[in-house]
Amino acid sequence: MPSHDVMPNMELYQPVQVEDALAIADRLADRGWLVGGGQDTYGWLKDRAKETDAMIDLSAIESLRGVRETSDGIEIGALTTLTEVANNSVIQDKFSLLSQAAGVVASPQIRNIGTLGGNVSQDVRCWYYRRGLSCYRAGGNLCYADTPQGMNREHSLFETSRCVAASPSDTAPALVALDATMVIRSVDGERSLAAQDYFVGPANDIESTTALRTGEILTTVRIPNTWANATFYFEKVADRNVWDFSLVNVAAAFKVSGGNVEDSRIVCGAVQCTPRRVTNVENAIQGQAKNAATAESVAAMATDGARALAHNSFKIPLMQNLVKRAISA
Amino acid sequence: MYSNTTKNGAMSVNSKLTRRRFIKGVIFSGAAATTGTGMYLAANAQSGQSAAERLVTLNINGRNRPVDVLPSETLAYTLRYKLDMTGTKIGCNRGECGACTVLIEGVPNYSCSVLTHNVKGKAVISIEGVKAADGTLHAVQQAFIAENSPQCGFCTPGQVMSAVALLNNNPRPTRSEAIDAMSGNLCRCGAYEHYINGVMRASGQLA
Repeated sequence: MPSHDVMPNMELYQPVQVEDALAIADRLADRGWLVGGGQDTYGWLKDRAKETDAMIDLSAIESLRGVRETSDGIEIGALTTLTEVANNSVIQDKFSLLSQAAGVVASPQIRNIGTLGGNVSQDVRCWYYRRGLSCYRAGGNLCYADTPQGMNREHSLFETSRCVAASPSDTAPALVALDATMVIRSVDGERSLAAQDYFVGPANDIESTTALRTGEILTTVRIPNTWANATFYFEKVADRNVWDFSLVNVAAAFKVSGGNVEDSRIVCGAVQCTPRRVTNVENAIQGQAKNAATAESVAAMATDGARALAHNSFKIPLMQNLVKRAISA
Repeated sequence: MYSNTTKNGAMSVNSKLTRRRFIKGVIFSGAAATTGTGMYLAANAQSGQSAAERLVTLNINGRNRPVDVLPSETLAYTLRYKLDMTGTKIGCNRGECGACTVLIEGVPNYSCSVLTHNVKGKAVISIEGVKAADGTLHAVQQAFIAENSPQCGFCTPGQVMSAVALLNNNPRPTRSEAIDAMSGNLCRCGAYEHYINGVMRASGQLA
């Protein structure tokens, strides 16, 4: 396959009002491609693995940037950069779980332009798919990764359905753990989804990782005060500390009273196509002491139902250890 | 013509016409041809309902540079092939190496992964704009020479830009802060320690 060093030619729209962006997205429908920071988009287009007639560049829409405090939490504009999310003092004060997650995405330069909305909405990183092969996710009828010789070290342990690609996002597990709400707009109005429902696995839609429909734009992420100032734990394990996507990550929030866990959210990334809440572990530690002994006793439960592929069985102990560290930290 | 030069990847270069000169010729004729539509689109540009105008003026290294920019063109492409500022290197062209790092409003960004149309009205500093007006090298450049930071030198323009951005915001970084700030720039020679030494020297913390 040839490698290309420039972008193919196409139209570019640069609306400055969200209403204009929605109108363009509606008018162009499948001919248009929404771009936030572009750090997922440009690779697809340069590689000629996907194509579009027009890019709808959202980056000039100032109303979709920034962090606002509301009566019951905070609102983050979907175009807020990951650097801004990581450094924002309100998020650091109340939801440091998200600051930590945003601060370890990719590299400094990518965080300077990559957006929160883009980080949670980016496509999967399976190289067969991204190389433009006609796999299930690309509308074909086979999977190149889930084969004995396939390169599937980075792929999923759970809830695979033809496609075995894993969720690449570091902020998505944090948003699920914080019970965030995703606000989605189209020309027809606004709808909200729980973060958990925003992410879609291949059994439900094999061609999209999110619930976004054609013509819709993710505008805002709302985080309620439910988990403000809880005890947080975030850890990302990747081959390199910079650029690389998580092999497994964990985002956890605990409400602790008298040393015991009152309530918790433990969510792992990169183990299936969507962030995976380990509710069986959450239930098991409720009322238990938040310590190493409890962690040890429940760690194995975290991977109940895991199905390793040919080369990713290391993710099973890795995920167990991350859950263990989240609880014992 | 544009798509022909790029779709083939490597175009044939005859002895009289270098690739760069050929492309510049294409750009010149392209600019003349689009002036008319550019005027028309300007009237509709406010709402963004129409496609972006091709004739733009960029602020590069403190100078206004009028240039004809294709809708999906990257900043690295514009700098190198239209403005002849070849100090900015394209390594991977995928935001995975850092050789193309420039400052946009003081913030380091991969110019291979930013659309040129996204920097309209923003101040861009490339490696050509780092030295003083009289040609004196920036403290980072001097320090990199003193510390023998570059080996092959291909990543050096990007390393300089990341270091300049760091020192503009944090004149006396700790070594750990320097490592974090430089972490988005790969060096295939593995001269990282030398670059970090250079940053520490440029900040006056290494005699």
